[in-house]
Amino acid sequence: MSYGYYPGCSLERNAGAYHSSLMAVARPLGLQFDEIQDWNCCGATEFIAVNRLQAYALVGRNLALAAQQMIPLQNGSVAKKPDLVAPCSACFLNLSKVNRYLGEDEALTIKVNSALEAGGLSYQAGSLRVRHLLDVMVNDVGYERIAAQVTRTLGALRLAPYYGCLVVRPGFEGRFDDGEYPTSLDKLLRALGAKVVDFPLKAHCCGGHMTQISADVALDLIRRLLKNAADYEADMIVTLCPMCQLNLDAFQEAVNERFGTNYQIPVLFFTQLMGLAFGLTPEAVGIGKELINARPALAKLGVAPPPEAEPVPTKRRRRNDKSLPMPQMPQEEQR
Amino acid sequence: MAKSALQAGAPSFLREVIAETPGDPHLEACMQCGTCGGSCPSGADMDHTPRALFAMITAGMRERVLRSNAPWYCVSCYYCMERCPQDVHITDVMYTLKRLAIREGHFEDAKASRAPGFAKTFMEHVERYGRSFELGLMTRYYLRHRPLDAMKIAPLGLGLLRRKRLDLTPHKITQIGQLKAILARAAELDAVK
Repeated sequence: MSYGYYPGCSLERNAGAYHSSLMAVARPLGLQFDEIQDWNCCGATEFIAVNRLQAYALVGRNLALAAQQMIPLQNGSVAKKPDLVAPCSACFLNLSKVNRYLGEDEALTIKVNSALEAGGLSYQAGSLRVRHLLDVMVNDVGYERIAAQVTRTLGALRLAPYYGCLVVRPGFEGRFDDGEYPTSLDKLLRALGAKVVDFPLKAHCCGGHMTQISADVALDLIRRLLKNAADYEADMIVTLCPMCQLNLDAFQEAVNERFGTNYQIPVLFFTQLMGLAFGLTPEAVGIGKELINARPALAKLGVAPPPEAEPVPTKRRRRNDKSLPMPQMPQEEQR
Repeated sequence: MAKSALQAGAPSFLREVIAETPGDPHLEACMQCGTCGGSCPSGADMDHTPRALFAMITAGMRERVLRSNAPWYCVSCYYCMERCPQDVHITDVMYTLKRLAIREGHFEDAKASRAPGFAKTFMEHVERYGRSFELGLMTRYYLRHRPLDAMKIAPLGLGLLRRKRLDLTPHKITQIGQLKAILARAAELDAVK
């Protein structure tokens, strides 16, 4: 199965582990991802807040390039629209939103195409189908074929499946899961043998760009998610979005500092867990890029993680401070 | 598809907001149930919930709507849109209100007023390189808009750099001239009403 691939800016570097783990699991699953040549940023949530037409033209260029590069590859078979796959939730939302509204709003389409014309491009709304990577994994590959690749079961891990917002809501282009209580990632992780915990906040917001704009808003949203995962005794939070990963991973210490908590919950991409279950080495799936150390959790699987990155000098609360004895619940000791 | 309220002799500010929103936002169909505000993760921080804002739009309270902090606290989670019984495209309307507020210089809430600065700094990098450049964005945004917080964010940047999660130099796309021409034309067309 081959797809057009729009990695998005985050996967180039910040979420490099998402990209490398995806490429590592694509091979055994027989998936081919052809990157759209010379794609540009999708605009995140920023362009649309300032200039509507620029925001649509920015995404329009990506759709136009993707159509130009993918449609000729179809060898005359016009029965099926080519699939453009985005692993990032924000990219997926922007591509699918523009694809949808260009089809509905004629006046807007004329303006967007006349902007694209300045660069010698044009796009006919709906000539591509925009899909999120999770949709491809669960619906095109399917749980059974994923389970068939598992050589190292994740049975020792309790995972909290975190969907965030934009993959399941608002469903601009087809919907493959429930908008409030999705379950596809749960089933995928179960196919890897993992114990999937109930995670009521699984589709709640990570704060998005609010970590940069109003920490008061963002840190409280992140705290709720971490608390929810901790309440259900998850070893890890598993995500499918670079923004969610960054907010929960990089701002976890800030949450601890602000609320006096001591969460140390690693946040990995679902493709990294797939890779580990397929028997790949931690290095091959980008383990070690996360700021909250995934080692203690991975030790339960018996995998030897790569050497640790240099410690970051932060004022961290000491975890095992004997001067402050904390009460222990009997069931906690058994675990 | 025609936008339903545009033909209907609707109040002028309502018409303007609908016209500025891509697709048909069904804003005139709001029946004031309040499901949006009740579903909003940052509703508690807003001076007016989306429901109240929509009533104010219909009432033509243009300036008070555009001075509201609500759109700036919107985290774009789409919960309200998912649950709206009238299929009002609430998140899209919030973006429209942000654009109108920026255009007319109304964003006064101290915390929320950082959002336009962040958006514009982000855009500058994309316009120059075609892709986002996180290290440049953080450096420029903090130095320009939050100089006192720059030191607080530095250890986080360092942690990401150590793990090779930040580029030191931006990635420029090959056809940056093409992108600039498209964005320039879009800006021109946007100015024409």
